[in-house]
This record gives sequence, structure tokens and C-alpha cells, in this order.
Amino acid sequence: MKSYFKPSIFILGVIPFLLITYKIFFNKLGPEPVKEITHFTGEWTLVFICLTLSMSPLKRFTNLTFWVKVRRMLGLFVFFYATLHLLTYIVIDYRFDWQQIADDVVKKKYIFIGFAAWILLIPLVITSSQKMIIALKHNWKKLHKLIYIIAIFGSLHYIWLSKTIFFKPLIYSLIIIFLLLLRIRFKKTT
Amino acid sequence: MIKFKNSEITPEKIYNNRRSFIKNLGLAAGSMLVGSNLFTSADASSSKDELKLTDYRYVTTYNNYYEFGTGKSDPVERSQKFKTNPWNIVIDGEVENPINLSMEEITEMFPSEERIYKLRCVEGWSMVIPWQGFPLNKILKKVSPTSKAKFVKFISVLDPEQMIGQRFPILDWPYKEGLRIDEAMHDLTILVTGLYGKKLPNQNGSPLRLMVPWKYGFKSSKAIVNIKLVEKMPTSSWMKASPKEYGFYSNVNPKVDHPRWSQATERVIGGGIISPRIPTTMFNGYGDEVAGLYTGMDLKKYF
Repeated sequence: MKSYFKPSIFILGVIPFLLITYKIFFNKLGPEPVKEITHFTGEWTLVFICLTLSMSPLKRFTNLTFWVKVRRMLGLFVFFYATLHLLTYIVIDYRFDWQQIADDVVKKKYIFIGFAAWILLIPLVITSSQKMIIALKHNWKKLHKLIYIIAIFGSLHYIWLSKTIFFKPLIYSLIIIFLLLLRIRFKKTT
Repeated sequence: MIKFKNSEITPEKIYNNRRSFIKNLGLAAGSMLVGSNLFTSADASSSKDELKLTDYRYVTTYNNYYEFGTGKSDPVERSQKFKTNPWNIVIDGEVENPINLSMEEITEMFPSEERIYKLRCVEGWSMVIPWQGFPLNKILKKVSPTSKAKFVKFISVLDPEQMIGQRFPILDWPYKEGLRIDEAMHDLTILVTGLYGKKLPNQNGSPLRLMVPWKYGFKSSKAIVNIKLVEKMPTSSWMKASPKEYGFYSNVNPKVDHPRWSQATERVIGGGIISPRIPTTMFNGYGDEVAGLYTGMDLKKYF
């Protein structure tokens, strides 16, 4: 079980990427392919944020430690899909039209907060190795609490870009709020 | 990349579309006195090649129709059993002769003509669709609006039994929209009964919808049951949902951004992954015909 757990999570994490690649190459993206890719990669970023945040609560409830062993990988998948999401926007959607992109980042709050969330992911990726965990000691834990802010930014990004909060933006926000509330509880009881 | 291989498959489709576009253009120009004028305006703003008809498949499967759900494919999936017969439309309010017409009476009284209009959604995409319908002013003239009739309010059907989206407070149901009387009387404003030469599909707003080509798509109400002439500016469902984001006028305007999205460019539906965004034009390219309605108005203020 143990030895298969990590590789199978990795394979599951790659499946959305394979799916969207297949759809791109076989023209299965429907009427608005660019938006489809953008939404697909964006939504999977949120899914992986939720999964990453679920690992320590799961460890608590099940008393099994293997959950947190895949947390880093899940976190890296967050960055992977977030980067694909950003690249879709920059390369495919706006074709390196930097002026328009800069304009969007400054003027549109959902773009701003989405971009901020991606920037905040970078220090987490850089310090994700075992070496860095050791080097940073207790600061590592503090630094990696950034994922809470990233999660909130991510759900705000989704709410602000949608015409109404119904229903997906609302569902993701509620899941993220729930996962964050679990943490507050933990601290008070321990 | 293989992406280009996909585009090699499409020319046949585009070719057919182009032929039908030219055919329709000829027909329409012949059947309407003002026809040539209407289409050249759209041509002037975007090059002729860009005005290709959007695939029937996309026109009828990619819809915003929140009564059936907020997803783009919800309307086609959930509206097929929607009953549009019998259907009556009441035209009343500030009029001398209020009437109640069945759809049969409407199709009999108002012969339909074809209009190829570009539909620009506030979400930043556009389609080019051959609609069948008749100018709204024809029906309005029948009821003789009084001098108090300053605005026209459009009320869509309320039927949560058949429309699953109406069971949730997504918008203020039934869907409400409005036009100023001169906008409503403008010859470009049409009531639609069909598209692509076929009966209007349920997901596109059957049996009767509005089409105002120089305004964002949400202004063109679907499944209308009541047209009311009123004295005061009506509050639309979208204005009520978010007054800062949706104004009464909602004219297509690349210079006035939606507070959250840019409106400078748009994506052409059906263009595929390699087709770039195109610049959005003022009044969706119908400025020659409609700009006069707004002379002296600050369109940034009256968005």
C-alpha cells in the first residue's frame, strides 16, 4: 500500500493534464477552446489547493501519517496547473500582448489577485525540497502557511471573474473556508 | 504543431459558411430596402472575412440562458422538453390598444425576414447568426403607444417547474429587460422567431426573443411573455443583481470596461485555438445606424 500510494497519486495528478492535451490535439474543446483550457487548468488548480489543504485534517482524523507524505506533491501540482493556467492566459489568449496584460493586472481585481496568488506560490515551490525544510527549520512552517492566503486568493479570483457566485465559485469557496476553519479549531484544542 | 492539422479540416465548413453567408446576404439585401445599409456597417468595422456565420452547432449548444442553468451547455441539455405551445404575448402598459396575441397570430401578422447580426456577449465573445424575425416597431405600432410611453419593458416567462434555474435566486425571476422607446422603435431592433431558416430552438429563447445587435447579448431577452410600455426606466434583472456592473443601456463599447473584465477585444466563437481575439467595435459595428440615438450622452456615465 505504502509504496504504491505516492506513484498512484502522481498518476492521478497527471491525468487532467493528459486529458486537456488530448482535447487540444484532437479538437475536442468546443466553441471556445481558449476559454475551455483556461477554465480547465484554473479549476484543477483549485482542486489541488483543496486536496493539499485536506491532507493534515485527514491525518488528524484517521491517525495515518501517509496523507502528509503526498502533500508536497499535491502542492507542486497546484503550481503546475496554476502555471499552465497563467501561460494559457499570456500565450494563447493574449499572445504576449504585454500592454493589455499589464492593463488587466492593474485594472481587473480578479486578474490582480490571481496573479498575486501565483507569485506567492513561487517561494513555496523553491523551498519545497527536503534540504530547504531542514535549512529553514521552524520558519519553513510559517512560510508555508502562505498556502492559506493563496487558497483565499484563488477562491476570490473565481468569484470575481464569474457573473454570479452560483454555483461552482460558491462551492469551492465553501470547501476552502471549511478546510481553513478546521485548522483554527485544531489550534484551540491542542 | 498538430493544431494546424485541425484547421486543415475546417476550410470546408468555413467555405460552406461563406457561401451561405453570401447567399443570405443577397437574399436579405434583395428583400429589404434598408438591407444593404445594415450590413455594410458591420463590414466597415470588421473586415468581410471576419463576418463568417457561426456554425449552427455552436449557435445552438453554447448559450447563456440562466433559466436553464449557468453552464453554457445547460440550456441545450435541459430545454428540449420545454413547452412553447400554447404561448401568448401580452403587449400592454402605456398604450391605446393593449393586445394579447398567440404565437400563431404573431407569425401570421408579421412576416419574418432574415437579418444577419453579430451577437456580442458581455463575457467577451461573439457569434454571427442569421436570424428570422421582424422589427419590434411593427408590433409596437399596432398597440399605439401613448405619449407617456418612454420605455419598453420585456418580461420573460416564469415557470420554475420547467426551468430549473428559476428555482434558485440566481437572478430576479422572471427575467426582465428594457429599452428606451426610441431604441425599441429602431429598425435594427427585432423580435426573433427563428434562426438558420429553422424554428427558434428552445435553448435560443423560443418561441419569441428579442435581438438588439448593438447591445450586449443579455439585453436580448428570451421567451418573452409580456411587452410593457412604461413611463419610468425599468430595472432589468441584471441591473438589480449588480447595479455597478450592468447599466440600463449596456451598449457594446470597447472603451467602457465592465468593472471586472476588459471589453476592448472579443473572441470569435468557432475560430479555434489558433484564431486571435479581434478588437471590439463601438456599438458592435452598428454605429452608423444607432450612434444618433445617443448624441450628447456621456456613454461612460450611461453605460
